[in-house]
Formats: sequence, C-alpha cells, structure tokens
Amino acid sequence: MTTKSANSGSGMTQSRRPARLSLADWMPKLVMAPTVITTIVCIYGYMIWTAVLSFTNSRMLPTYKFVGTAQYERLFENDRWLVALSNLGVFGGLFILICLFLGVMLAIFLDQKIRAEGAIRTIYLYPMAISFIVTGTAWKWLLNPTNGIEKMMIEFGFEDFKFNWLSDPDMVVYCLVIAAVWQASGFVMALFLAGLRGVDGEMIKAAQLDGAGIFTTYRRIILPSLKPVFFSALVILSHIAIKSFDLVASLTNGGPGYSSDLPANFMYTHAFNRSQMGLGSASAMVMLGCVLAILIPYLYSELRGERHE
Amino acid sequence: MKKIAFGLSTVALSLAAATAQAGEVEVLHWWTSGGEAAAINVLKQEMTDAGHTWKDFAVAGGGGESAMTVLKSRAIAGNPPASAQIKGPTIQEWGDLGFLTNLDDVAAKGEWDTVLPSVVSSVMKYDGHYVAAPVNVHRVNWMWANPEVFKKAGASIPTTWDQFITEAKKIKAAGFTPLAHGGQAWQDATLFEAIALAKGSDFYNSAFLSMSDETLRSQDMIDVFSTFKAMREFVDPGFSGRDWNIATSMVINGEAAMQIMGDWAKGEFTAAGKKAGIDYVCYPAPGTSGQFTFNIDSLAMFEVDSEDAQMAQQDLARLILEPTFQETFNLNKGSIPARLNMPRDKFDTCAHASMDAFLASASTGDLVPSYAHGMAVNSMVQGAINDVVTNFFNSESMTAEEAVDKLARAVKAANM
Amino acid sequence: MSNIAKRQTSTLDKVLRVALYVTLLAMAFVYLAPFIVMLLTSLKDVEEIRTGTLLSLPASLDFYAWGKAWSGACTGGTCEGIAPYFLNSFQIVIPAVLISTIVGALNGYVISHWKFRGSNFFFAALLLGCFIPFQVILLPMAKTLGWLGVANTTSGLVFVHVVYGVAFTTLFFRNFYQAVPAELVKAARLDGAGFFTIFYRIILPISTPIIVVTIIWQFTQIWNDFLFGVAFSGFDTQPVTVALNNLVNTSFGGKEYNVDMAAAIIAALPTLLVYVLAGKYFVRGLTAGAVKG
Repeated sequence: MTTKSANSGSGMTQSRRPARLSLADWMPKLVMAPTVITTIVCIYGYMIWTAVLSFTNSRMLPTYKFVGTAQYERLFENDRWLVALSNLGVFGGLFILICLFLGVMLAIFLDQKIRAEGAIRTIYLYPMAISFIVTGTAWKWLLNPTNGIEKMMIEFGFEDFKFNWLSDPDMVVYCLVIAAVWQASGFVMALFLAGLRGVDGEMIKAAQLDGAGIFTTYRRIILPSLKPVFFSALVILSHIAIKSFDLVASLTNGGPGYSSDLPANFMYTHAFNRSQMGLGSASAMVMLGCVLAILIPYLYSELRGERHE
Repeated sequence: MKKIAFGLSTVALSLAAATAQAGEVEVLHWWTSGGEAAAINVLKQEMTDAGHTWKDFAVAGGGGESAMTVLKSRAIAGNPPASAQIKGPTIQEWGDLGFLTNLDDVAAKGEWDTVLPSVVSSVMKYDGHYVAAPVNVHRVNWMWANPEVFKKAGASIPTTWDQFITEAKKIKAAGFTPLAHGGQAWQDATLFEAIALAKGSDFYNSAFLSMSDETLRSQDMIDVFSTFKAMREFVDPGFSGRDWNIATSMVINGEAAMQIMGDWAKGEFTAAGKKAGIDYVCYPAPGTSGQFTFNIDSLAMFEVDSEDAQMAQQDLARLILEPTFQETFNLNKGSIPARLNMPRDKFDTCAHASMDAFLASASTGDLVPSYAHGMAVNSMVQGAINDVVTNFFNSESMTAEEAVDKLARAVKAANM
Repeated sequence: MSNIAKRQTSTLDKVLRVALYVTLLAMAFVYLAPFIVMLLTSLKDVEEIRTGTLLSLPASLDFYAWGKAWSGACTGGTCEGIAPYFLNSFQIVIPAVLISTIVGALNGYVISHWKFRGSNFFFAALLLGCFIPFQVILLPMAKTLGWLGVANTTSGLVFVHVVYGVAFTTLFFRNFYQAVPAELVKAARLDGAGFFTIFYRIILPISTPIIVVTIIWQFTQIWNDFLFGVAFSGFDTQPVTVALNNLVNTSFGGKEYNVDMAAAIIAALPTLLVYVLAGKYFVRGLTAGAVKG
C-alpha cells in the first residue's frame, strides 16, 4: 500500500494531469447529475409537497387552504388510523422477528454440507420472486375457512378443526404475518447464508482448538460476526413491512371491517378514494417519520464506517 | 400483434375521420362482473357500429377504488380518459375542479330534460349544465331469495326485520346459510342501509342526507345497529372479503336462502340462465316495500383536446340515452332505464316492480338516494360511516350504543 | 465453515444429522405447499375444486384453465387473457432494468472511487429514497409525467421505475465497489486512464456477481410492481400484475379459481425462472459484497 501511494508523486504522470484534470473532475459529477436531479425533484420535491399538503384541507385534488395541524389532530382521533398503526406494530414486529429467526436458523442448517443444498435453497428462496398480488391471491384461498386448510383438515378426519383467522378481526393480522413471512424469510436466509460463507475460517478453527462446542462457536463467534448482515436484513425487512400495501390489498383488503388495515393502505384509501388528500398526506408524513427513525441509525453507521476507512 | 392491429386501425380511423367524424373514446370503468360486462359490451358494440373506436379501460376491484386512482392520476397528468364511470356527488366534485365537458347540445337534441326524471337529471348536471349521461337506475333495497331453499326449510319470505330473524333461524336449523353476504365494506353498508330504511324515509333522510346529530344518536339508530348485528349469525364463516356476485351465486346454487343486494344481482341470475319468479324471487328488503333507494350509474365526460375525440364523446352521450341502448343495457345489468316511458314488455317482473316503485315513491317522498353507493353524501362522509358500520359488524365486543356514538363523531369529523 | 461440519462419528451426531435433514425437508414442504396447491388447483375443473381438498390430485390433466388465463379470460369488455399484458410487462421491465443497472453501476463507481464534495451526503440522501412510501408520490409523479409528455405510456413507466430503482442499484454497486482497493483505481488514474476507461477495463470485468444480483433484484421488483403499473399505465400499456388483479377480481357467475391460479402462476413464471436458474449466482453475488453493512 505504501509503495502505491508513494507513486502518486511520480513526475512522469504528473505532467499529463492538468490537461485531464478538468474532464476527470467533471465526469463523475456529470454521470451523477441525472440521479441527483431526479432525487431532488422526485423524492425530496415530492416529500416537501406532501408535507405542505398535510397542512391544507386538500380534498379530491390538492388545494392550498392552510388549516394548521388540524389534519394531524383528526388523524390521531381516527380509530381506523390507530388500528392501522397498532397493526403495523404487531405485523412489523412479528414479521421481522420471525423472518430473522427462520432466516438464521435455515441458513445455519443449510451450511452443514447438506446434500442438494442448491435445490433446497432455491425452494426457500423462490417465494421472494412472486409478487404480493400473487401471494395474496394464493394465501387468501389457502386461509379461506370454507375451501382452504380448514376444509382439508376436516376431510382428513379432524372434524373439529377450526382455522378461520381470515374472518376473525382479532386474528386476521396474523394471516398477513404468515403470508409475508412465507414470502420474505427465504431471502433473509440467503443473506445469512452469504454472510456465513464469508466468515473467517481461521477464527472458527481457533475457537474449536480451544475446545468450544458447535453451539458455543455459533453463539459466541459466528453470529456476532454477522452483525452487519443482521443490520442489512433488518433494514430490508422494515422497508418491506412499512411498505406492505399490495399484500393487504390482495389478501384482506383491510377487512374484516378495517381490522387488518396498515398505514400505507389507510393513506391510499383516504387520499385516493375518500377525497381526503390532506388527511392522507398527514398520515404519509407520519409514515415518513417512522422510516426516518429506522433509517437514521443505519445511515449514521454507514457514514461513520466511511470515516474509519 | 395487438399493437400492430391497433396501429393500423388508428390509421384507418384517422382516414375515416376526415369524412365521417369518427373518433376514439377511452372509457374507464369497473363494470367487470358477468352481467355488467355483458351490459357494457352493448355500448361498445353500438359505438363500434357508429364507426368509432372504443378503448376499453377496465380496472377491476374494490368497488372502483383502483379505477378512481387511475382517473386522478390521469386527470392530474392532463390526460384524462374521454369518459369515466363516476356518479352522484362525485360528479359535482369533478365539476368543481373544471374537468368535465358540456353536453348541453346533445341533451337539447335528445330532449334529456323531458325524457329524464328530474331526480336523475339533477344528478347529471353540474352548475345547470349536463356533464354526464345516465345509463340506468338501480334499486338497492332488494332481497333476492331462492324459493327452493325456503320450501326445504319450511320458512316463509319475511316482510319485516323481526320476521327475517325468525325465518332465518329456521333456515339455519335446516342446514342452509340464511343470508348470502360478502364481508366488504360496501356490502355491509348495503345491508345496513336497508335496515335503516325500514325505520322510514324521514329517518333515513335525516340520518344520511341532513346528517342530523340528533337522529344519528337516536334510539331508532341504536335499534338499527342491533338488528344489523343480529344478521352476523346468519352469514357463513367464509363471508370475509367475498365478492357480491359470489354471494349471489350462493343463492343461485341453493347454498343460501337470501341476499340483500341491489338489482344488479339480477344480472347474475340472468347470466346463470335463471328465471325470475320461478328459480328465484325478488322482494323489497324487509319493511321497505313502498320505498326505493336509488343508485344511478353514469358516464361523465371529460374535457378532451382532439376534435375527433370530442365528436365521438358527444356521440357516446347521445347513444347512451337512445331507447335501444337503455333497454339492452338494463336487461343485462338488472336495473331499469334512466329514461321514462320506455316499452317495458321485455323486462321481467322484478324490473316491472322496480319501475312502478320508482314512479310511485317519487310522489310519496319515499324515493331516497343510496348512501352506501355514494348517491347521498360525498366520499368522505360515506367512508366515515362505512368505517363504523363495517367495524361494528365484525367486532365482537362493540355495543350498538357505542357504535351510534362513534357514528355521530365520525360524521362530524368527516364534515370538517 | 467446513470445519464445523467436520465428519464426526458419534451416534449423537448421526441422530442430529437425521433431525437436520428432516427439519430442512419439512420446511421445504412448507415453502413449496402454496405453490403446489396453486398448481394442482389450476389443473382441476371448478367442480373438482369444490368437492376435493387442497392437495387432492386432479382427476385428469386439464390445461383448460391455463389456456383461458393466457388468452381467453375476460375483464370488462375485452377477452384476451393476460397474454398481451405479459408483453407489456416485458416492454417495461427490460429497458427499466438495463437503465437502472447501468446508472446504478456508474453511481456506485463514482461514490466509491471518484468522491466529490457532497457525494457521500448525496448517497445518504439517495438511500432515504429507497424508503419513501410510494403512495405519496403518485399524484406529483403523474403531474411530472404529464409535463414530460409521457403520461400513460411505456416510456413513462420505465422512467418511474428507473427513478425509484436507482436508489437500490446504487446501494448494491456502491457496497460492492467499496471492496475494490482504491489504490487500483488511483494507479490507473496516474497512468492516464480516464473515468470510463477505468470503469471498462478495471471495474466492469470484476462486477459480474453484483450485476447478477442487481438484475435479479430489479427484475423482480419491477415485474412485480402493481401500484405504479395501475396508476401510470394507459389502457394498452398495463403490466401483467394489473391484468392479474383485474382477472381475479372479475367473475362471471361462479369464481373460476383454476383460471385465477393459472393466471397467477403465469404472471409469476418469468421471475420464478430467474430465481430458479440464477439463484446460485444470486447467493454468490450476495456473498461477494452486497450484504456488507
């Protein structure tokens, strides 16, 4: 490394530099320019616009009559919004925890020199390839009390078998969890498998020489070294949880009643179907707040990592 | 292939347009179930026969929720479809925003003011000008029944809600589903509205048109909610999220005895080859025999730039009001024509009953707009009421008193 | 890792090993079951679906539902199945994936090796873009597309997918290129190689794993998108997910679950194929750097 950095002072290349400097200086910025522009306009511009709307009484389409924080007050007096928020808590929490648990477990199991690993891995991973619309359609059918799993179990001889979560307002949110976990846990498994493959073998050898058993090795040495993978998985999963819109739309459409509504669906319904643009915008801003709460620690660790390099 | 064919036909049309003023209309709608699709195909055929191109933009699902998103997105992009399926107070909202085009010329030629009943024409006008064309009038407070199931269960058709409960218990004991129902907010609302209507048209109007706080909190409203909740035990366990026409097919197949649903359900019976009065019977929803909750479907016309498209659009509006279209469309859809004084020999007994009730109720003040179908209140209030209604129906713990309190508060909040 | 699974011959280990296989296979069944049910259902006729159970085998192989889903099922006034929309999806997905991958690669290259003032800050800001709830942008984006004159066209949809896909692709490439020694690039610059020369000669040849990951990710995301597809498409540019949603929400008399399921499988086939065929490279690519925190 030191030899290379010493090279930077070599006279031969220096003489050519001034002529290329301007182009070389501009090229990276030029290349980034389209992304910069679209990001400023299509992400931050729109965000600000939404923020502005959340302080107006916009109904069907945007208007600019400002009403202060009235929309936010209405939002938090709205039963449906509170249900949507608490659903997000239950759904998001369970979804992330179960996915992480299953993902780690399956990755460790698969990493034991399993025969046909490729095939099994593909089977675990394939649901990620399917859209939430398809997942919702399929699971709606599996979970339907009159023709799905319940009927199958009854015909297998379990006459009293009951599985009607899809029509039970208290349980329906777990249906969302089941379908979402089915879809995303394989992907988490792939992330961890990739992480496990990257763990330093020497470290493990050393631990085993010290007499550590297989479980201790995993608990003490391997899993802690996968911290960045945990973090990536956590970010991707929270991202999926907060944006779960298609799944609700196709699996339950918010029902029974509005017991399986999530904030994204609340926002969509109010902004687009109920002509409550202002209220919808306010709910979007609250969602954005949740996103920031998750993202800022991530960004902080990203940029801090940078400085260490 | 489709692209090329389409390209060619556009070329062909633009050539034809020079002589015959043919154009294309893009029609955004969510008429996707059996009877509805058959009905819209009639209009498509007539437009094609008139030399125009029909661009069918169907967006299914959720009672037009996706379709409304598409419409807003297109309108705000400055590229609205020529025509879209919107109705009731929503027409006024779009009119306020200046998106709708003026149909007064066509209306004058077709004498819309005389052929349309005033309750219909007033909905089609924005600021005194026609902006939409009505395709039908639906009666929402219908009850569809399978007489075979009633016979097997030894039950009789109920005419009051109390009787409904007694008879439904018999039907349930006989092993049938008494009430075919789909657990979607608007279907819950349709059932709820029918029960509320049985308390009288004055009560109904005071609650859902004037939104009087007093009426919303009244003992009558508590009774309505209690009766509504009683229906919960008469639906089958798989009702959650079921589409209305799947519920209708339960009545058709003899799995269920009754369905409270607007007359579009008849389209499903017709599509299944069933005969009114024999395979199925229609009665007004219990306790609402002289009353008529109306739901008018209409196509609103949007401002479009091209002259050809405008011509095609005006032609579309004209065709919609033609007696031939009104007849065929409504025979398929199960509704009655929006036009008055149409020959009625091709319609069945249910439609005749509907037509008579429409005229009779108009003079007694029993002709009321359907809140559940967005004819009475704007989408905000409607949505707020629906939230309370559907949540109450599915909740095990909420009492009717609590529901009434929530309803009154939700309506107030939505009117802010 | 091989050390952990080192052959040891105690009986306990053998028992554990059997238990391991049983667990893995049981889980594989759980993951496969919904797909098997969909497949079986799509091959039955409506009557069999009503009378049979989820896992009962069809009486005969009947591809009626597949044919109907592909080219005969009706939505509203048109009865063309989902075939035309399938092509629409490809017309959207292919350019959108290519453009967003290329842009992401260049961005990642700049952010990791041609840093300029604010490039890191910009990267953080871009990352935030991955997380914006997409419902928020529907209306302003519609306005923008109208202003650009591409509302309700395929190009418009490609534009939207590129704009919101670039955040993820940039993230992938940036994480991967971070691992490329800075000295390699510096040395090349000193040798007089320009921005693009270094990219072609040094960066691109080692990028295969991450390109595969990015393409798979983007392909899946864009193919499966519903929200943008429904909001920004015209009547003849709707992608297959919108058509599928139309189809399963449309019913004539009884619900034809077999057609719904066949359509769902058809709509999912391209992404399924990509995962099955390229899944190996996907995990390999992830190992190569995409998961670095």
